[in-house]
Amino acid sequence: MRYQNATAYRFLAPYLLIFSIFWLWPIISSFLISFQATRTVPWRFAPTFNWGRLIGDPAFFNALKNTLLILVIQVPVMITLAIVMAVLLNSPLLKARGLFRFAFFAPVVVGEVAYSAVFRLMFNLDYGIINKLLNSVGLPRIDWFSNVTPAMGVIMIAVTWRWAGYNAIILLAGLQSIPQDVYEAATLDRVSKFKQFFYITLPLLKPIIVFCAVLSIIGTMQLFTEPFLITERGGPGGGTETLGLLLYRQGFRSLNFGYASAIAYTMAGLAIAISLVQLWLTRDPK
Amino acid sequence: MSSRSSSKLGRSIALHLVLTPLALIWLFPLWMMAVFSTMPDRGIFSPSIELLPHGNFLDNVNNLQRDTNFIGAIGISVSVAVTYTFLSVLLTSMAGWALARYQFVGKGVVVAIILGTITLPYAVVLIPQFIMVARDFKLANTWVALIVPPLFNSLGVLFMRQSFSMMPTDLFDAARVEGVKEWRIFLFVALPLARPMLAALAIILFLSSWNNYLWPLLINSKPGAMTAPVALGTLIGLTKVSWGGIMAGAVMLTVPMLVVFVLLQRHFVAGIAAGAIK
Repeated sequence: MRYQNATAYRFLAPYLLIFSIFWLWPIISSFLISFQATRTVPWRFAPTFNWGRLIGDPAFFNALKNTLLILVIQVPVMITLAIVMAVLLNSPLLKARGLFRFAFFAPVVVGEVAYSAVFRLMFNLDYGIINKLLNSVGLPRIDWFSNVTPAMGVIMIAVTWRWAGYNAIILLAGLQSIPQDVYEAATLDRVSKFKQFFYITLPLLKPIIVFCAVLSIIGTMQLFTEPFLITERGGPGGGTETLGLLLYRQGFRSLNFGYASAIAYTMAGLAIAISLVQLWLTRDPK
Repeated sequence: MSSRSSSKLGRSIALHLVLTPLALIWLFPLWMMAVFSTMPDRGIFSPSIELLPHGNFLDNVNNLQRDTNFIGAIGISVSVAVTYTFLSVLLTSMAGWALARYQFVGKGVVVAIILGTITLPYAVVLIPQFIMVARDFKLANTWVALIVPPLFNSLGVLFMRQSFSMMPTDLFDAARVEGVKEWRIFLFVALPLARPMLAALAIILFLSSWNNYLWPLLINSKPGAMTAPVALGTLIGLTKVSWGGIMAGAVMLTVPMLVVFVLLQRHFVAGIAAGAIK
């Protein structure tokens, strides 16, 4: 194939222009800003100003701890649930498939603000439907938003509800790309459905599961709207504050761009580490 | 034979016994959103369990409109999402076409950029984007601020590259031999062939713009310039506010998308699944 530089770049030009202005330069710029003291005008170069503060800031470690806690619990639960949904939706025995697909996939189109409002109302202490239902079966009501553990629970439940179906869509597409004759051969050899799942489905699905896990981890790592709206700015008392929320408060409430950039690059560092783990997990076995 | 079909029946029953409660739990928040949106505030904040819709939806819409100009915000959201979708579909399919069709110097770099930015947290570009758009370009509270920065989109380009590279090249080569210019081949041969993929892409892009929250929250914070999710978000947490109104707003944001989802489910699912299958 011959080279067609001029034509190719003419098609790429608008895209690369947007990339340069709104991504490439900001990536460089926020790195540089993280080494500047930005609360004085003009900003001055102070390499340890923000990073030094970061490693000694209890608010940062609190947000980091909360974010990692949500990651470690919510992502595996959600991915497991998404695999269950995808496998069951893929069963040829399923009736009313369209209804079930709607139930699980519908949250994908629901906006963060809309569903945050609903979850906040559902988990209201006195009038929330969840506490009313708990009461009606004789269980004590729970003060969801005044204590850290249940508040974290609500965040994780909300995120799982919103994103499990999204992952199930991707996993279902993966399942449907597994050739049927593999299962037919296994059935002829009297391998149980249960064993087929663990010895055929899961290994063949592994790259897609890892992909879903990585996207979910990176998404959850930037969690902002749910602790912002559902638990009221990371409440109670910073108990659900995430890195995303801390970045918002530092960058856009205190207008401390240097410190917020250092937080952003910490998140990027974590994301790069996670992507490297993904590459390692899905490498070609030698 | 009969034992096999009875075990099949058993598995079918077990399948539905697991899936039905799970599906009901999953539908519950959406159902409650609809129910709340039709209840007066004193109904929402009453000790009784209400699981069925009432008739107060229009009153709630009025309450919401009193709390914030939600109808105006919907107008902004619709216009921005439509414009964004058109521009973004054009931009990403042009880039996808270039990657699928041509050999050029620096192709590896462009592909690396696209793949690299998929897993890069948006937080890294957020602050400079804000400084640039708000301070340097002085574009805060404008449509341009809402539409242009989010135009960079990696998954869409990969999706369109994939779509174009699956098309037979003979067709394009024949047109080129006839002397048809490359941009005309793109516009009048390739794009019409890619219609189903463009539909899938357009739906996903429209949805992402419609639901976008963080960027519009930061850049368009003036009351008359807010998008609908941002306007609704400002009410959550206020004390003297109609929760029936907030729920009516949530319904107005959600139901149109659910209708689109039901009508175009195949495209939707294709658009999302394409993200994973490179």
